[in-house]
Amino acid sequence: MSLDTVAVAQSTPDNSQPWKELGLKQDEYENIRQILGRRPTSSELAMYSVMWSEHCSYKSSKIHLKQFGEKAVKSDALLVGIGENAGVVDIGQGYAVTFKIESHNHPSFVEPYQGAATGVGGIVRDILTMGARPIAVMDPLRFGPADAPDTRRVLPGIVAGVGGYGNCLGLPNIGGEVVFDETYAGNPLVNALCVGVMKHSDIKLATAHGTGNLVVLFGAKTGGDGIGGVSVLASETFASGKAAKRPAVQVGDPFAEKVLIECSLEIFAEDLVVGIQDLGGAGLSCATSELASGGSGGMDIQLEKVPLRDPSLSPEEILMSESQERMCAIIEPSKLARFMQICKKWDVTATVIGQVTEGDRLHITWNGELIVDVPPRTVAHDGPVYNRPMQRPAYLDSLTPAKVPMPQTPAEIKEAILKLIASPNIADKSWVTDQYDRYVRGDTVVSQPEDSGMIRIDEQTHLGVAISTDANARWSYLDPYEGVKLALLESCRNIAVTGAKPLAITNCLNFGSPEDPGVMWQFAETVRGLADIALEMGLPVTGGNVSFYNQTGSVAILPTPVIGVLGVIQDVRTRTKMGLPKAGLDIYQLGTTDNNFSGSEWAHIHGQMGDTAPKADVDHETRLVKLLLEGQGLFAAAHDLSDGGFAAGITEMVLKNNVGATIEFVGDIAAELFAQTPGRVVVAVEPKDSDALKALAAKHGIAIARLGQSGGDVLTINGAHIPLVELRKAHTETFHKLFG
Amino acid sequence: MRIGVVTFPGSLDDSSALRAIRLAGGDPVSLFHASDDLKEVQAVVLPGGFSYGDYLRCGAISRFAPIMESIIVAAEHGFPVLGICNGFQILTESHLLPGALIRNQDLHFVCTDQPLTVENTSTPWTNGYTQGQRIVVPIKNGEGSFQASAETLQQLEDEGRVVLRYADKNPNGSQNNIAGISNARGNVVGVMPHPEQAIEDLTGPSEDGLTFFTSILHSLVGR
Repeated sequence: MSLDTVAVAQSTPDNSQPWKELGLKQDEYENIRQILGRRPTSSELAMYSVMWSEHCSYKSSKIHLKQFGEKAVKSDALLVGIGENAGVVDIGQGYAVTFKIESHNHPSFVEPYQGAATGVGGIVRDILTMGARPIAVMDPLRFGPADAPDTRRVLPGIVAGVGGYGNCLGLPNIGGEVVFDETYAGNPLVNALCVGVMKHSDIKLATAHGTGNLVVLFGAKTGGDGIGGVSVLASETFASGKAAKRPAVQVGDPFAEKVLIECSLEIFAEDLVVGIQDLGGAGLSCATSELASGGSGGMDIQLEKVPLRDPSLSPEEILMSESQERMCAIIEPSKLARFMQICKKWDVTATVIGQVTEGDRLHITWNGELIVDVPPRTVAHDGPVYNRPMQRPAYLDSLTPAKVPMPQTPAEIKEAILKLIASPNIADKSWVTDQYDRYVRGDTVVSQPEDSGMIRIDEQTHLGVAISTDANARWSYLDPYEGVKLALLESCRNIAVTGAKPLAITNCLNFGSPEDPGVMWQFAETVRGLADIALEMGLPVTGGNVSFYNQTGSVAILPTPVIGVLGVIQDVRTRTKMGLPKAGLDIYQLGTTDNNFSGSEWAHIHGQMGDTAPKADVDHETRLVKLLLEGQGLFAAAHDLSDGGFAAGITEMVLKNNVGATIEFVGDIAAELFAQTPGRVVVAVEPKDSDALKALAAKHGIAIARLGQSGGDVLTINGAHIPLVELRKAHTETFHKLFG
Repeated sequence: MRIGVVTFPGSLDDSSALRAIRLAGGDPVSLFHASDDLKEVQAVVLPGGFSYGDYLRCGAISRFAPIMESIIVAAEHGFPVLGICNGFQILTESHLLPGALIRNQDLHFVCTDQPLTVENTSTPWTNGYTQGQRIVVPIKNGEGSFQASAETLQQLEDEGRVVLRYADKNPNGSQNNIAGISNARGNVVGVMPHPEQAIEDLTGPSEDGLTFFTSILHSLVGR
């Protein structure tokens, strides 16, 4: 095929172009022609198609996401906000922390191992790009029914991919979720969170300033993998009968990423870069256009200089390739020699591929011929914006209350608890988490299955951070506005029970097709809810990710806004864990339980959804968090109650250290055990500290009830005796039975 | 007491090993694979990780690093070497230790708090333990199943060169529940568990691993 240069494009205005195959709509293509005043070259068309994809341009979500700016919390902690590769917050002592979640859903369905692996790799590079050392990862995962044949294909591959990449990178995996629901069959969700730490002065931004500065590509060579991953894969629904999309999935090389991390951190330490951007979705198209538009706009790239794994790649393919483990830096010429020296030390390939220029055009040449001549902002930021039609879905008017079994006798209670804790969503997840290294780097203070993951930041001062990710998609299905609020409040609670103070929010909003008005309504309500709750809680939203088109045919996934909250703990030695450490402790519940089973696991395992999500009680939750933080010195153990209610929570508390408990409820036992009323925490204290705890609860206006005492090798609840051996067997054997 | 820790491309637990040496009271020294300079250290740790991605056999490429040439020569003259996980794999590839580490029996990477018994307390790395002491140290590997010929196994057992053994449950199919061995002289020890990740109650399942690092300091003082 002959080279489609700018000159050729000018002389052949009527050549037909494959804009549709590249995922563009007719009016988007016309818009590109208008911007350029001619038809785009094939390389320009490739760039616009990936950068204007839903995944990169946020074209359906942008007008809603604006609310995060309009309702923004005034926060001194926020150092870098939405729009950069990841948000950065101040945690004191000169440290800054950056964290973000991204989705890699579609690739992980097509090719589970590589899809999940490169999901981890991508988010880690985002964190590295900010100038930070990545220090931990988490992975909220969602699958179709646990016993579905396809889940047996997808889950082991995804878990192995998350582990295979993260373990090899040397990042502890400190938490996440594994959730099953039939709507995720065919649309598994792989969300990956990474957190990194740096000193304030080390923050790096994606900007190309300074005429004459050099554009350097370093890391892996460019191959033919992941071409069009963001456009043809991430921005369309799956439909049966279409050709396999496997070539659109990237292939990961974690070893290359590990040396890239060490190499980059050494380069940052010597302050050798002006700006930096990783190559993720949309590859070089994204990196060059974002760097250029982050600066004054002018940049020349000599595309033939890009080192290739496959010499037959065309310029269009090079621009669209999503080959992993690549970074693009802007460097002053005087610092190039030292930059190259460090790359050589780590055996990292580095190549000057262009220069920052005067003016405001991005020029890309191929062996001297001009193939791209665009204003970079139009590629990177001025993509289409859609105000998609929205409509409150009809299903909301035909919801019925959850009708669930209400165990009363000791025998019924025992049977019900064993049934619940063996169900896939509540069962022990060690089969998954034991495939992840939680120890590497030696700073993991708390990790799954605890309420949050906690990492020590400074060995001398004992400063640390905690992170939790949460979502209750069924509540979001019943009421997306309340659902996301409840997810955020749960996340805050999870942070606070371990002893850290909530500081900032990130999010990954997973939804069906934005072209479905019902889905769009769910999305809009979710964004409104998140912006409102962030403001009410006084926590900044530091960034996020939107994943649409998680839909097969007309079946969309449950609206799944995964919320991540970052907290700070001044002294990690004071952290609280969930396991009962010994016999003779008094066990209390903070907060009260109602009898709404809607969206609960107890309803779910009986095929029920229910009709009404709980209402987020910000006032109560704020007071509860304060109580938890003030009471840290009192707690021998503390555990948030969420999925599976008290029955699931107490099971985890007794099994952790094999210390039983005797519990007596006075209210409706079925609700006390299985309702998932938000805003509740179970704590254990020494009997001598009981009065202090009650006083603290009174001070903060939080209801408190003594439920019983720890000890023995049996969990006894209202006369139902469950030996821990039996409890453990039920809780732990589910995954082994399902997945081997 | 200068104890070195080698960083290969892809080493991951190097920083933890340096910390363990420091907490034990030693003077940790960072060594780089590309140099053959041992910087006058008196013992060396080959840390865990995935050197060169473990894309070939684990440790098969690192074995040829310039630093390994110095270490192999020194080890043959009694220089103490501890290989942890990937370090153990490098030692078998270097033929400083016999046998091989292959894929875990169930083919999964496994990270767990592993009960172990200390079987040999005469090595410079384990002299602080008591014979038969039960310890809990994390394991985290995908290729930790120790295999050797019947002859070699017999020799290891007869000469008391099994240093650590898995207790309660064999996590990976290792022959004779072997978790760690030494060379005939006892100065070179390879273990799959990670003692450097069990040095503080705050971050590990126990502090049982610290004794590896206090042992070496003790044995160097006694020289």
